[in-house]
Amino acid sequence: MYKKQNPYLYLLIALFISFSCSDPSELDEGLVDNFDRKEILENVTDNIILPAFGDFTEKLSALEESVNLFADIQNSVNLEEVQVRWFEAYKIWQHIEMFNISKAEEVYFINKMNTYPASISKIENNISTNQYDLDANNNNWVAQGFPTLDYLLFGLEDNNTSTLLFYQNNVNAAHLNYLQAVVSQMVSITDIVSQDWNLSRDTFVNSTANSATSSLNMLTNDFIYYFEKGLRTNKFGIPAGVFSANNARMKKVEAYYESSKSKELSLEALKAVKGFFKGEAYNSSVAGASLKSYLNYMTENEILSSAIISKFDESEQLINNLDDNYANQIAMDNSLMINVFNKLQEGVVLLKTDLLSVLSISVDYIDADGD
Amino acid sequence: MKKKITNYFNHQTNAAPLAVFRIFFGLLMFVSILRFCSKGWIHSLYIDPIFHFSYYGFEWVKPLGIFTYLLFLICGIAAFLVAIGYKYRLSILVFFLSFTYIELMDKTTYLNHYYFVSVVSFIMLFLPCNAQFSMDAITRKKSYKMVPNWTIDSLKLMLGIVYLYAGLTKINSDWLLKAMPLKLWLKSKYDLPLVGQTIMQQEWFHFFMSWGGMFYDLSIPFLLIFKKTRSFAFFLVVVFHIATRILFPIGMFPYIMILSTIIFFDAKVHLRILAFIERMLQKLKIKTHGLNKSINQIEHFKVRKLSRSIILIFLLFQLLIPWRYLLYPGELFWNEQGYRFSWRVMLMEKKGNSVFKIVNLKSKSFFYVNNDDFLSDVQQKQMSFQPDMILEYGQYLGNHFKSQGHQNIAVFVESYVSLNGRLSQQFIDPSANLMEMKDTFKHKHWINPLHDEIKGF
Repeated sequence: MYKKQNPYLYLLIALFISFSCSDPSELDEGLVDNFDRKEILENVTDNIILPAFGDFTEKLSALEESVNLFADIQNSVNLEEVQVRWFEAYKIWQHIEMFNISKAEEVYFINKMNTYPASISKIENNISTNQYDLDANNNNWVAQGFPTLDYLLFGLEDNNTSTLLFYQNNVNAAHLNYLQAVVSQMVSITDIVSQDWNLSRDTFVNSTANSATSSLNMLTNDFIYYFEKGLRTNKFGIPAGVFSANNARMKKVEAYYESSKSKELSLEALKAVKGFFKGEAYNSSVAGASLKSYLNYMTENEILSSAIISKFDESEQLINNLDDNYANQIAMDNSLMINVFNKLQEGVVLLKTDLLSVLSISVDYIDADGD
Repeated sequence: MKKKITNYFNHQTNAAPLAVFRIFFGLLMFVSILRFCSKGWIHSLYIDPIFHFSYYGFEWVKPLGIFTYLLFLICGIAAFLVAIGYKYRLSILVFFLSFTYIELMDKTTYLNHYYFVSVVSFIMLFLPCNAQFSMDAITRKKSYKMVPNWTIDSLKLMLGIVYLYAGLTKINSDWLLKAMPLKLWLKSKYDLPLVGQTIMQQEWFHFFMSWGGMFYDLSIPFLLIFKKTRSFAFFLVVVFHIATRILFPIGMFPYIMILSTIIFFDAKVHLRILAFIERMLQKLKIKTHGLNKSINQIEHFKVRKLSRSIILIFLLFQLLIPWRYLLYPGELFWNEQGYRFSWRVMLMEKKGNSVFKIVNLKSKSFFYVNNDDFLSDVQQKQMSFQPDMILEYGQYLGNHFKSQGHQNIAVFVESYVSLNGRLSQQFIDPSANLMEMKDTFKHKHWINPLHDEIKGF
């Protein structure tokens, strides 16, 4: 049951018990106010991850249907249908990306679904040579997933009329094929990850140890990683140019070709982050055991957890002030983008120093002795 | 008085404790090096990173690329030769130099127990640990029964210093009055069978362990000195270190301490250990040439007066160096000025986040550095809350971007640190241009003071 069966452990246990038995009343009390980490895992898995995957799978198959319909009949209604389905799925994706765990990590789920900006040259090259392997583990991340669909649906031409004409032209049949290929790859890889979640649910919620490979540690580490890289860096930092000598990079906003949606996507991501931290069920405000309640147990107050939630809320307010279209926002006033980045960075500080300190989570990437 | 001192230094005793110490120390070091290699740490800690943190004055000590493996190989062989006592003087010298070189290569991996190994092997340079029960005794056909008693005492004193200071430094308000950081660490051990969900979560237990740890460290040297309490003390040593081994990721340290402590026992115990080792060797069909009986018993091993003086001065130095923090203003745990080399073991839960901002002072344009581009995860973790490392890295970044053609460069850091469960606060003055700062032994005025006070040592 336990990974390391240390013979000394039993000596120690015997010793500790002999200490603790001197006052049995205190022992009982301990059992009552002890925190059950399994509850967090159950809540997060059953009420957040699995429902989110369920919804996402549905949205993806709706997208796939619409793409197949469009492949049969290229008219403006069908094109718009694809675009709408794309965005609906992309929104739900924001609830999925932070769970880069086990199967997802193994098959490079996140990289394949949402590495942006997409590479036009890579995509066009794939289309023209018709020789590509979307399943390969590194060379086609920039030519698949949501960002590639963004390009194929909004980036080929300036408007829908021209886009429709483009696809109606038989010369461009290969583009249509590629659109289908990308979507079916997204569907199949999501199925793999989603099925794995359903199969491994029990193992996952029962892995309650405090080790680098236990569930809660992986969840927490991936959550923080996502908040720092996926949300702060990718959605705000890089487009605002804070990592590149102040050269704003409009082309690096998420969903660049349909950039009027960039704000909605990042708000959705922040909503997912907040929901996970508070343990709120997917698309509901019913809260269960969470990092927040665990933190409150460890600190014996709510100071830290409220400070973290405040950072989420303040970030949300700052995001609300932005233009719906981040490319426009960067062109008009990049400083507001940087403000959001800075606010999110304040959240990163609380998560990476205070939260990790208080929870004493074994960080998965640190491998060396301490003293 | 003077006569007493002369008498003390002339007093002879059986050399067996030194032999046992040498064998255990050498073997443990040999195993430690093997373990280090097998975990792939040579690559991940010394070869992979493009930047390494140096100690003041030892900037020239750097990993040797692929030859770093050779360095570890030499160190491992030297450790083994120390254990068997073959060309002991040379072996221990090579071990001391190679091990210390390894530790100086990157400050990131500083651990008190590595420092302990360097310190002990330095003392061993001057001790006749090969007097008996060694390959040297066989090859020179001479085994010394007796050695000066102070040679054994010097090791006891060194161990005593470690424990005593480890205990003294626990006398502070965080440790004793808040049970910090043990409270956080023990609570997080909820996955231990039976105890994890019960007493590990109990406040009284956190205090019990904090106070117990302090009393343990303070009293153990004395309990070990007196014959009446020695066996009990050794039992405590074993229990304590095994407990820490289970609770915390501290590698080989507990075993090193347990086996080192054996030196406090008198010669009879050591002779029995040596006899046991000899029987084991014979079982393995290794010819021992009557190792323990000695080939040609000669009574006294003379140790040069110079060696004695060096060890005396060195031990005095060891007594003083942990106090150097008193020369600095501000909170020691926060500023870490005079924190290392002082047997401050497991006193802090400190985590930081440091983001570096490269500014062009003329155009006012700036960008943030992605630390992943320059540092390994372990390096980032350590650098983030240690001022001297923040400075060294900041200056490295400045020079790096200068060499890339950026001009009028200033380097600022947005650094936040949380200490022993306190809410994080800004650590370094964000308006301090790190390019203008110098790393010296003077107080670093660009560290923001901790908004709290920790009383005690």
